[in-house]
Amino acid sequence: MKRADDFEQRRAHIANLTDEELYDRFWELTAQVVDPLLELGKKNTTPSVERAVLLRMGVSSLDTQKIVEGCMDRGLMGHGTGHVVYKVSKEKGISIREASEKLAQGEYWDDAVALFKKEVK
Amino acid sequence: MADFELKPNEKLDVREILKDLDKYEPRRRGWVWRKPAPGLKMGPFEFKDCTEPLKNSVGLPPAKYFENIDPQPMPVITTEIASGRFEDDIRRMRMAAWHGADHIMVIRHMGQSHIDGLMEGTPQGIGGIPVTRKQVRAQRKALDIIEDEVGRPINYHSYVSGVAGPDVAVMFAEEGINGAHQDPQYNVLYRDINCVRSFVDACESKKVLAWADILQIDGAHNANATAREAWKVMPELIVQHAINSLFSEKVGIKPENIALSTVPPTATPAPCVYYDLPYAVALRDFLRRYKMRAQQNTKYICSSVREATVTHVMNMLISKLTRADIQSTITPDEGRNVPWHIYNMEAVDNAKQALIAMDGLMDLVELKMDGPLGEMARDIKERAVLFMEEIVEVGGYFQAVQEGFFVDSAKYPERNGDGIARQIEGGVGYGYIFEREEDYMAPVTAHYGYNNVEQYGGDPENPSALIGGCTFEDRSKIVFIDELEEEDTVATRLENVKKYLDGEAIKPEMEWCGDGVVLMTMMIPAEPRTAEAVALEIGRKLGLENPEVNSKEVMQEAEGTRIEMKGKVTFDVDPSTLEIPPAPHHLDDATLYKEFEEHPMVVVCGTVGEDEHSVGLREIINIKHGGIEKWGIKVNYLGTSVPVEKLVDAAIELNATAILASTIISHDNIHYKNMKRINDLAVEKGIRDKVIIAAGGTQVIPDDAVKTGIDAGFGRDSHGIDVATFLAEEAMRRRGDL
Repeated sequence: MKRADDFEQRRAHIANLTDEELYDRFWELTAQVVDPLLELGKKNTTPSVERAVLLRMGVSSLDTQKIVEGCMDRGLMGHGTGHVVYKVSKEKGISIREASEKLAQGEYWDDAVALFKKEVK
Repeated sequence: MADFELKPNEKLDVREILKDLDKYEPRRRGWVWRKPAPGLKMGPFEFKDCTEPLKNSVGLPPAKYFENIDPQPMPVITTEIASGRFEDDIRRMRMAAWHGADHIMVIRHMGQSHIDGLMEGTPQGIGGIPVTRKQVRAQRKALDIIEDEVGRPINYHSYVSGVAGPDVAVMFAEEGINGAHQDPQYNVLYRDINCVRSFVDACESKKVLAWADILQIDGAHNANATAREAWKVMPELIVQHAINSLFSEKVGIKPENIALSTVPPTATPAPCVYYDLPYAVALRDFLRRYKMRAQQNTKYICSSVREATVTHVMNMLISKLTRADIQSTITPDEGRNVPWHIYNMEAVDNAKQALIAMDGLMDLVELKMDGPLGEMARDIKERAVLFMEEIVEVGGYFQAVQEGFFVDSAKYPERNGDGIARQIEGGVGYGYIFEREEDYMAPVTAHYGYNNVEQYGGDPENPSALIGGCTFEDRSKIVFIDELEEEDTVATRLENVKKYLDGEAIKPEMEWCGDGVVLMTMMIPAEPRTAEAVALEIGRKLGLENPEVNSKEVMQEAEGTRIEMKGKVTFDVDPSTLEIPPAPHHLDDATLYKEFEEHPMVVVCGTVGEDEHSVGLREIINIKHGGIEKWGIKVNYLGTSVPVEKLVDAAIELNATAILASTIISHDNIHYKNMKRINDLAVEKGIRDKVIIAAGGTQVIPDDAVKTGIDAGFGRDSHGIDVATFLAEEAMRRRGDL
């Protein structure tokens, strides 16, 4: 967009604000800009958010992306990849680390899909 | 928890740092500020805005005239170190810490921001270093040891951006990193990472940074570096700072851990302070809740390190007149190459020097807000408000990005239509955003947003309890990966330079151990293109490998060009084959008192030639400065601009046993010519065997002085004790007592 300088007209409604009023207005507007962005973060997840969850669960960085891809391929991302590993470890009676290693090697995925299907019913 | 201690006179052996890295645990979390020491007394001075001094440090060059004090200014001082080989950077970090840096920033390898996940191992980097757990751990461990040595905590810092931001944030939290860049706007505008993805990722990253008490720095200054006419984007800069700051605070980072990366937008020959100061005032007013990390303007940096240094100093004037909690430094060679060791030190010294020079300044002056300064600051703030208003009007941040609001070269509200526009449905990582379902769960600490741990009886306040704690509670769960490759590793690189590390060979070094790089400065009396060709020919004839001119400055287009040229030395020097003259020794006070009591010494002295310098000689003779009078030597000081004949005549008249000549001016070797004439006159007048003759001055090389026939020469940094020791020993020698 090209636009000539229209500062004088544009500023008319703020020209008489005190410095403190201007400050308050600025931060009210900023809040209006950032609040929807924060909502997006609450409701959504991404491969990197999920890898960061897996890392904190003690999963090797070499396995995190493989597990995330496995979840994306099977529509499991919305449940949380950490959730998938957690449930598989409970179901199989193995540690989180072991479950993550198996999933990264391509095992237990049918179990994972089945575990979350049950929930939907 | 450092398992070894450094000795100031011993090199830091990176091989020691790399041992048992898998067992290393960071000693603390979080950012550390300097400790203010109001009214600090050091040497003869009282400082107003300084902090607790260091245990070990390298002071500014003139510190020797001020009892070797090394006052440390209030702001944390940053230096950026990332040569591509982290192991060599570790030694540079030590040097920087000694010069006064307590915030070490590591620049990432080019392209790392587009890698899905963590990098591991220790591959060599380009334009920075691959930031990996092993590299981070080694550097943090080294800094633990270095901070013990200098006696002040050192903050370690890198980047949480790109498509693996949250992964990196987690690793940083685990490894005790203290500061990080994090700004989703940077990903969007400059890395073309999908904007929704960037903000969702940023929520998680910032939540992790908050947990780890990591200080965050934003990326708004890049608008400054990118816009065509940087001084016109000031309203936008304030908008960008505000968006990231409030966003971060709402995720959970405390305001004192939110720092703005702020750069004075313009540089000379613009009247830059007139532009930059109102902006700095406006920014610090609107963003008063947050910390200021003042960075040097680099948009206009050229290859002249002198010019870059002055820009840096002028920028620090702005810091001082307003506020800087962290004073960042850009190396003055940034316009030439990836920073070299010596320029990191210059940059840190520049900051220390400028800030100490301005200690207490704001007790003496204040900003005149009633006038153009206040008016210009208000103007910028109003424009920022209008900019933010329009973002809301068009439907929010993403819409504004899509419409090219940002980095437009016109001064808002004028628009040139050349902003960076990014599509909401586009960019790297687009299509990889997944809505959380009702049973979404992540059993970890510091996870942002919806997290249904209750379905398993978990506590929303402590989600990781479901798995008995995550890596943030139980470090033993962290998977440490050593290396992924065979060849491209730190072990291989260190093996290749073993002889240098072991001290068997020495080569000059600018970046990497054994790189052999040297820099030559010369004035070639020719126009620039000829001068460059001449310089390169000189380089080749000197045997330099890959000579390359890295700076040319015109003295006058026909008369000459100042050239700086780098090249590589191809040979090693074996220090065991060198004859290194012994360090000067000093006789003790008792011996000197006894010598001059039993064998009175009468000295005539003066500054010879047409030279009015007297400070150096007075330092040598005056009892107040530890001069030779102290030990009972009788001194007859003849003054400045003393003809050499007068010096010799006075020696005869006063029956002196020694002549001391001070000679500062060295033009056309006049200093050595004068020494020779003193010697010749003494011979001519038959007193040479009765008098000891010595001369000194800043340009005097002792061996060359002796070649003129006199008995001794004293160069820069000589003191009374050196001269007294010589006079005593020479007298003893002549008597046959030594």
